[in-house]
Amino acid sequence: MARRTERMQRLASRAVQIGFLLALFVLWYLATNVWDVNHLLLPNPVAVWQQFLDVLRSGAYLPDLRVTASEFVAAFALAITSGSIVGYFVSRSRYLIRVFEPLFAGIFSVPIILFLPLYVLFFGLGMESKIALGATISFFPITLATIAGFGNVDRTLVTAARSMGASDYQMFRYVLVPAALPVIMGGLRIGFTIALLSILGSETIASLAGLGHHIVELAEDMDMSRMFAYIVFVVAMVALLNFAVSYLEARGRRHR
Amino acid sequence: MSLAQTPHPSTAHPASADPGLDSRRRRNERRAAPIRAFLLRHPGVVRLGVVILILLVWEIAARWFMDPLFISPPSRVFSSLGALWDTSGVPAALRITFFELAVAFAISVAIGLVVGLAIGLQPFARRSLMPIVLLAYGLPQITILPLFILFFGIGPASKIAFGVTHGVFPIVITIVAGVQNLKPILLTSARSMGASRWQTFRYVIFPHMIPSFFAGMRLGMSGVLLGVLLAELYVSTAGIGYFTQMFTENFDPTKLFGLITTLAAMAILLNEIVRRAENRFSRWR
Repeated sequence: MARRTERMQRLASRAVQIGFLLALFVLWYLATNVWDVNHLLLPNPVAVWQQFLDVLRSGAYLPDLRVTASEFVAAFALAITSGSIVGYFVSRSRYLIRVFEPLFAGIFSVPIILFLPLYVLFFGLGMESKIALGATISFFPITLATIAGFGNVDRTLVTAARSMGASDYQMFRYVLVPAALPVIMGGLRIGFTIALLSILGSETIASLAGLGHHIVELAEDMDMSRMFAYIVFVVAMVALLNFAVSYLEARGRRHR
Repeated sequence: MSLAQTPHPSTAHPASADPGLDSRRRRNERRAAPIRAFLLRHPGVVRLGVVILILLVWEIAARWFMDPLFISPPSRVFSSLGALWDTSGVPAALRITFFELAVAFAISVAIGLVVGLAIGLQPFARRSLMPIVLLAYGLPQITILPLFILFFGIGPASKIAFGVTHGVFPIVITIVAGVQNLKPILLTSARSMGASRWQTFRYVIFPHMIPSFFAGMRLGMSGVLLGVLLAELYVSTAGIGYFTQMFTENFDPTKLFGLITTLAAMAILLNEIVRRAENRFSRWR
């Protein structure tokens, strides 16, 4: 009995969710087709869908996607290497943790996007400024998580491995890394998200190419349905990437 | 720890030929020991030293090694802060940005509180609407920034609206989490002692919600800062975005650094106020 009411409730909440999204689409459709909201403010959903299919089929997104993706890969790779190296060396001593951890946490609490004009001045409008900004922004969560991960390894594990005669490499490979990895994964996750967002954001604000740049260009041309199609495309890409990262994270956790 | 573990120089060179040198070294160490103990006890001093070192490197690099069109030494940035604040339009721009931040934060807190309570207090609403809130929070909102400009114009309204969309979701999520963590036994015992709906809210739910409310305010503040600053930098007619763009285009790094330092100080101050409030009001437990 209890199980049946539970299942009913789950079905009902699922129905509410689907109903909410459907209502949103119906409202959108009615607003553009019946109530005649200006097409420059809100394009027709059917037109957006056609444009979206056209974007996918024509491959017009490829050059911009390549720019954004390479910026992201470079920025995230830089942030991972520098963040994990700095984090590891800081975490080797309790004293260094007490010196540097509040420093990194303090800088991390400042909205680093503020420094974008400086990066643009210094690195120009091209890809370099986006890579530098994305790497800076995601450096901090990765470093903080690496410090937390390696700094809080259970001392019994370290002592046990040491007394069994583990070499430095064995200690690192079989004790420290497995113990610290789940915490570091959390930092990588945050770094991944904010690097992606800051790269899209800095492309929107000042750039020469990339997906964010293309959306702005379409907005300035008042090509609203195609702009919405690109927004849908970017949102879908980010959602897919997030899904893939969650999947990898869950797998990594299971492997422990 | 690492400082304490570094091998003692005198033990590292036990076969020192000159006894005078040895004793001199020992005397130097004895003199250095209190300083080292002081530094070990106060990591903050070393932290300050690191910051000063970074500023020093920056100063030297900017003064002698780099193009003055692109970077400005910190001494010049700080000494020209006064001139920056006297530049016509800059105080007004800072005021406008502060106004946008304050209004966006107030609106986010109001909406977040109402929506968070409405969703959090009913299990059915929580189960059905929370996934939608999380979905909306996970979307890259930066992609729809041009739409906000289109809907709300290039004035403060679009910045406020964009700040609200960044600030409201963390507040809703933390408030829902805070209400959810309320122990059911407290609600049951309040009801069995005959508390009215209002009394339950005022004396059970409200005090338990305060810590998560302030945690949400802190996250909301960083969201609002991000949203408003992004919108400001994207397009602005009178706010700080206008001036960052002007200083960048005029290759005036001294003023640009100064303006950004001022804004960073503003952001730190706002974050710190909310963090203090959180510490102060979640102490009752």
